[in-house]
Amino acid sequence: MQSNAALEYDYSLAKKFTFLTILFGFLGMLVGTIIAAQLAFPELNYLLGEYGTFSRLRPIHTNTVIFGFTVSGIFATWYYFGQRVLKVSMAESKFLMVVGNIQFWLYLIGALAATVSLLLGYTTAKEYAQYEWPFDIVVVLIWVLWGVNMMGLIGIRREKALYISVWYYLACFLGIAMLYLFNNMEIPTYFTSGGLGNPLHSVSIYAGTNDALVQWWYGHNAVAFGFTVPIVGMIYYFLPKESGQAIYSYKLSLLSFWGLMFVYLWAGSHHLLWSTVPDWMQTMGSAFSVVLILPSWGSAINMLLTMKGEWNQLTENPLIKFMVLASTFYMLSTIEGPIQAIRSVNAIAHFTDWIPGHVHDGVLGWVAFMIMASIFHMAPRMFKKELYSKKLMEWQFWIQTTAVVLYFTSMWIAGITQGMMWRAVDEYGNLMYSFIDTVIVLHPYYVIRTLAGVLYLTGFVMFAYNIYKTMVSGRELSEEPQFRTPMA
Amino acid sequence: MFHWLENNPFFMAAGISIVISFAGLIEIVPNFAQSAKPLVDMKPRTVLELAGKNVYMKDNCLSCHSQMIRPFKSETDRYGKYSLSGEYAYDRPFLWGSKRTGPDLHRVGNYRTTDWHEAHMLNPPKIVPGSIMPAYEHQFENEADLETAYAEAVTVRNVFHTPYGPEIKKGRAAWEAHKPKVLEDAKKIAADMKDERVKKAIAEGKVPEIVALIAYLNSLK
Repeated sequence: MQSNAALEYDYSLAKKFTFLTILFGFLGMLVGTIIAAQLAFPELNYLLGEYGTFSRLRPIHTNTVIFGFTVSGIFATWYYFGQRVLKVSMAESKFLMVVGNIQFWLYLIGALAATVSLLLGYTTAKEYAQYEWPFDIVVVLIWVLWGVNMMGLIGIRREKALYISVWYYLACFLGIAMLYLFNNMEIPTYFTSGGLGNPLHSVSIYAGTNDALVQWWYGHNAVAFGFTVPIVGMIYYFLPKESGQAIYSYKLSLLSFWGLMFVYLWAGSHHLLWSTVPDWMQTMGSAFSVVLILPSWGSAINMLLTMKGEWNQLTENPLIKFMVLASTFYMLSTIEGPIQAIRSVNAIAHFTDWIPGHVHDGVLGWVAFMIMASIFHMAPRMFKKELYSKKLMEWQFWIQTTAVVLYFTSMWIAGITQGMMWRAVDEYGNLMYSFIDTVIVLHPYYVIRTLAGVLYLTGFVMFAYNIYKTMVSGRELSEEPQFRTPMA
Repeated sequence: MFHWLENNPFFMAAGISIVISFAGLIEIVPNFAQSAKPLVDMKPRTVLELAGKNVYMKDNCLSCHSQMIRPFKSETDRYGKYSLSGEYAYDRPFLWGSKRTGPDLHRVGNYRTTDWHEAHMLNPPKIVPGSIMPAYEHQFENEADLETAYAEAVTVRNVFHTPYGPEIKKGRAAWEAHKPKVLEDAKKIAADMKDERVKKAIAEGKVPEIVALIAYLNSLK
């Protein structure tokens, strides 16, 4: 018989991964701001000698925010709500606790080692899959440990029906596993050459056009299963929990989930429009990108309608603000992507700053907002303390929202300007601009983008400070809060 | 059915796996063999050029430079003939890049020279006023990892049958035998360079990264 008394959940792993989320979030965004500044002020390339150039630092930015910040956020939220929706405490299984702790330490050590390896220039040069083969093995191990933990917890669950968020996290696990394995198939050259050269070096088992196809099938869908799927899972849990509202529509959840699963992966080849991959693949990528609007907007609309009749909460609770704005940025980003995937638009947009612009309205406005909102929601429940400051949250919200708007507007203008200048011809049909003309013109936008980075990073520091102060000096809570998160 | 899946995690996971596998199978597999074909008579890169390609990867030139000329007049006017699939058949990994903070480099060997690259890598804004590219002075001081490049050539020859000659084979003895040829190639590049550090290193039988990189860039045609 199940008792009615609330279960005592074990949040030790959720806390550990929360700390890492904050640490890697800060580092990743700091490096991001530095490289943004380097494009505006090139002298900043020389701060660390060989190790401080834009080119060497960019993979550190991308990998730290993806595999550091976002993935820690996914783990932290899983170890928080996984127990709650499955109605089983982590503490009930010694085995799962041990596996979780091994996963944590392996992840921390692996992440630091892999970052150093990138700084030293060991790279497979495939975007977001730069880690050389030994680090790939560590990544796979960490992922398997997480899978064991997730499956284990599902195995001993009391609540038989899996909540929507669990579907999404399950899909995140399976999707990333498949993508990462296939894209990182590489052969270490040391062992096949009779012990010559650097043992860390490897070659991809795919070549040229095939390698590009596999890479962007991965690259696009790492975004799908890292930046979309688990984040949708987060909002499905945290928005109803914070607002006290039930999810608007179960049917819409079903349609969006299975639709997203089926459609997303086809769209990868839109990264290769006008390249040398076969034409029909490009067309498929384009078409499916447009179809992708349906499941993406399905989830976002489901979230917004969940707030139906309760919009007053938007003015009263900054956490609701974060989540509603996140859904809105998700809608913006998922309409912008399909637009860029149309061939004629892509001809102008590809290779320009409009692409990082698009990425960042998604990751800053949607992913990071949702992760921070989740942590704000979890903190009082994990630490049994009231949130330190509502006022600070309000300020953070507006500073970071301004940052995101500055970021994507400046990059839209920069991208379209450059794309148009590259193709501009004079009355005789000759190119009007040399390449360097199209670089010089971007300077003001790069300055604005740097400012956006500084603002967003400032907001993130405010977030970290708020969580820190909550832990050390928040008012004690005698019992777990229902719904709205208490804040001073 | 969906309610049933939600109560049976194993089948739910199986269902997700099936649904997400379609796209890869249908889009990637059918043209795989066709896309792997090189152009007729295409030669794989020399060991020195491979070492240069590895410098290109190490310093991550592809974060700002593409190697993919799209079939538009504005691109063929600027960079040369549009890129063909077969030209990349020996590239592991592909190095198309996804961002042009700087210009495309797929045919840079047609219109830039060794001494241009040498001067440019030391001080980009001096050669191209307004450039925001940093200098890569360390490439003049670091030694290129030729042995790893050779190991790579051996690997692709043995595993993927990339058409290298029989002299590219396993083991240290074979590498020692091939090394003079690589140094010879490096000398030819360095002959067009002025930097004292490069001249000194070459005289000592060492190859700075910049020499390998320029060999690679010159091979992009």
